[in-house]
Amino acid sequence: MKMRVLWLSAIACNGNTHSFLNYPYIEQFLNDFEFIYHQVIDSAYSLEDIVLNQIPCDILLIEGAISREFQRADVSVIEIIESYSKIVQKIVTVGTCATFGGIFRESDYENTSGLHFNQEKSLGNFQDILDKTVSLSGCPVHPEVLVNTLYAIKKSVNLKLDNFLRPKEFYAYTVHNGCTRNEYFEYKVDNHKFGELEGCMYYDHGCQAPYTHASCNKILWNEVNSKTRAGLPCMGCTEPKFPKQNLFETKKNMGIPEYLPVGVGKRTYLTLAGITKAFNIQRLQKKLFDD
Amino acid sequence: MSDKKQIKKEQIIQSALELFASKGFYNTTIPDIATSLKMSVGNMYNYFKSKDILAKEIIKHISIYLGKQLREINEQDISTKEKTRKIIEVYFKTASLKPEMIDYFLRIYLSTREVFKDGCEGMICINEFVTEIMIYFEEGVKCGDLREQDFFSAFGLFMGYLGGMVFLKGENILPKDLDDYIDDITFNIYKALSVE
Ligand code: SF4
Ligand code: SF4
Repeated sequence: MKMRVLWLSAIACNGNTHSFLNYPYIEQFLNDFEFIYHQVIDSAYSLEDIVLNQIPCDILLIEGAISREFQRADVSVIEIIESYSKIVQKIVTVGTCATFGGIFRESDYENTSGLHFNQEKSLGNFQDILDKTVSLSGCPVHPEVLVNTLYAIKKSVNLKLDNFLRPKEFYAYTVHNGCTRNEYFEYKVDNHKFGELEGCMYYDHGCQAPYTHASCNKILWNEVNSKTRAGLPCMGCTEPKFPKQNLFETKKNMGIPEYLPVGVGKRTYLTLAGITKAFNIQRLQKKLFDD
Repeated sequence: MSDKKQIKKEQIIQSALELFASKGFYNTTIPDIATSLKMSVGNMYNYFKSKDILAKEIIKHISIYLGKQLREINEQDISTKEKTRKIIEVYFKTASLKPEMIDYFLRIYLSTREVFKDGCEGMICINEFVTEIMIYFEEGVKCGDLREQDFFSAFGLFMGYLGGMVFLKGENILPKDLDDYIDDITFNIYKALSVE
């Protein structure tokens, strides 16, 4: 039996849709799931059908930030969510906007936020569907995270969720975990230039990976790479406060990074930093390949 | 390490410090230190294998001593300006109660670099002290009191000033007591580092 999925787009840029379309095994996916509606993929019903009726459906996917003012086919997106959330097994917020408000939180629509969260603040509304919801943050969400979560739902796997309702399977890690530059991080070497292989981007170039929860370096993008492996700092797109400003700069106070790796105390960090900075490891100062 | 051994170690450190301060680092030998403690030289070597090792242990000891006091200041809920004053007070108090400590820091640690080359790279051996200074700066910037700048330009200004005053005092050049300068020094350092 195919599972019936409604992909509802609120205030969104369709980035999650684009990301999803890059899923390499989409054919297989479409053998197991059927979109009763998706704004880009062929589906059985029109948007009007969806908003005027209550078409039988198993999973409601919500992409984009939510505001009371925002409508789809002349119906408030909130009403659509209310109607479908009653009949589905699970609701999945797809991407950071639907989860925390994301970049569209800054838009003209009043009171724009995620479904259950306004950045880190948990909202009072939709309490009755709280235990049905799974949050998949990311700007965009990684297609494998989305697809694998949907399969977990299909197989009735009991997903363990974090405080923001994100499956720990994908969000218990930090992006720092699995980065090919970890050795540079350990020895405090940030001689980084965009796109180069050498150097860690935490110290000067704004890499937020040590405190960003996501699987980017464990589950590679397009099965080949990640931002940090390719030489671009992680911008923390899965976190409630995304997007921050000055993404290519590390905010520091008298030379000390304002945000430390998750769970590391300031004194401990400074003690370790003092010790590792004393090393002068030639191998890490040089290019990995001679030209 | 047993308590007894720890106490003995601290005694050795203390008398070594005093001897280094009065006779100079190079003129003081391990036998001199042993004699001053009425210990046998052989027994001394059970505690410290060489004078260089002792030298490194001493600077760590001083760093821990000062670091502990700075940490108490850092953990108080007071303004950056008040913290600045308290750090200066602690430094000067140490200079008058335990002049050999500050003397060791200025005359031996900072100027006898070859002794500390291996095992005390960078600021490893004065880590407890430097960490607290860093936290004082970092918190000052974070709460908006101090100006963001490179750590060393701020550190040099702060420690250089204090070290200079203690040095002048030690050379009997300062006409007044160190404590008499605390108000002015606090004002100067805070003004130099603050955002205003
Ligand atoms: S570049 Fe980022 S992810 Fe990679 S090691 Fe440095 S901090 Fe971690
Ligand atoms: S590396 Fe960071 S910014 Fe890039 S997708 Fe992953 S979590 Fe988002």
